[in-house]
Amino acid sequence: MTAAQWVGGLLVFAGLPFFLLGTLGLLRFPDVYTRLHALAKADNVGLGLVCIGLGIQSGSVALLLKLVLIWVLMLIASATAAGLIAGTALARGLRPWGT
Amino acid sequence: MGVAGLIFDGLLALALAWLAWQSTRAVDLFHAVVSFIVFGLLMALAWVRLEAPDIALAEAAIGAGATGALLLSALDRLATHDARRRLLYEPATAWGFWIPAGGALLGGLTLAAWKLPAPGLGHEVLAALKGSGVDHPVTAVLLNFRALDTLLEIGVLLLAAVTIWSLGRAPSPVAAMPSPALPALGRLLFPVFVLVAAYLLWRGSHAPGGAFPAGAVLGAGAILMRLAGARSWIRSSERGPWRWILSLGLAMMLAAAVTGPLSGQAFFEYPPGTAGPMILLLEVAAGLSIALLLFALYLRGEPRDDGPWPDGQRGDGQREGVR
Repeated sequence: MTAAQWVGGLLVFAGLPFFLLGTLGLLRFPDVYTRLHALAKADNVGLGLVCIGLGIQSGSVALLLKLVLIWVLMLIASATAAGLIAGTALARGLRPWGT
Repeated sequence: MGVAGLIFDGLLALALAWLAWQSTRAVDLFHAVVSFIVFGLLMALAWVRLEAPDIALAEAAIGAGATGALLLSALDRLATHDARRRLLYEPATAWGFWIPAGGALLGGLTLAAWKLPAPGLGHEVLAALKGSGVDHPVTAVLLNFRALDTLLEIGVLLLAAVTIWSLGRAPSPVAAMPSPALPALGRLLFPVFVLVAAYLLWRGSHAPGGAFPAGAVLGAGAILMRLAGARSWIRSSERGPWRWILSLGLAMMLAAAVTGPLSGQAFFEYPPGTAGPMILLLEVAAGLSIALLLFALYLRGEPRDDGPWPDGQRGDGQREGVR
């Protein structure tokens, strides 16, 4: 295995716990705001690590850039979606947990 | 494919069956629609596992994306919360009919799949690929060998749009934006939608891509802009160029189909040496038509003229009454 394979594999493995914890947060957190917090943070960091890791493993700069572009688009979309969901929930009068 | 692949495929199949059950049997229609959208996404994954990336692209863009938006907007028209909960009545006789009927259907499909010629037609397609004008076998089948099927598919889309428009006028768009983030997202991403659509269209000649995924991506971008409060290009008062673009794909396919017989060749036979440019031309026309047709379906009725846009409102979630 080459160095690129090792580095890429390590990055992918480093990304997996974020998905696990984000899913755990989605299932176990008490209200919509805390669940969004878990998803929007964890999935984005995890996806970034997995994308960069797979890009490095592929050994092609073009593929790495495409994967990073997918990650950036995903960041923009998920940040907007999380904001929209939270804003709509607030407007409908859902009170954040503990207030 | 190792054990991990088998386990993954098994989980995927179980999840698909579970989501299909949820989307047909859930009491809450919102639950059913969300299950259907997730079903479309996992179905795209299943097509990737079956090494059919073309179908995966179309399934993700049309099955999950455009159909999901259509179903959600249809749900939005059900006025009351009670209307979103369907009545579950299931007399025992219904089960007595559906279980044998479903079993017979499953048996028939299994038999049909069993009887399929074993290697399929892949070798024939690859052997004829050289004269088809493109390097990608799926595009060659869709726009050359079986172009008639594509013509009929675009015809069905056009028919669906005409039917929806004839059912009534489109509802007014949402009057208040929940957040300024959505219009900003639309403005930021629409150029990317156009770029990706052009890329998919161009890729279709030598790799997975083509008119249907490209049109679906462009149509999804238009739906996003509509959701973000952009004014529709399709208006009732003008007989604008959009009418031509809606029917452009079908018209071009028909013209390509009858050129052959008129000049003494077979039905859908392209003039010698022009298959490549012909296919590119048809793909562009079909892609534009599909994008606009999907958006036209999403309008949910005959287009109307948007009134002056009330800007600066936000947050109260109030909507203009339908008509």
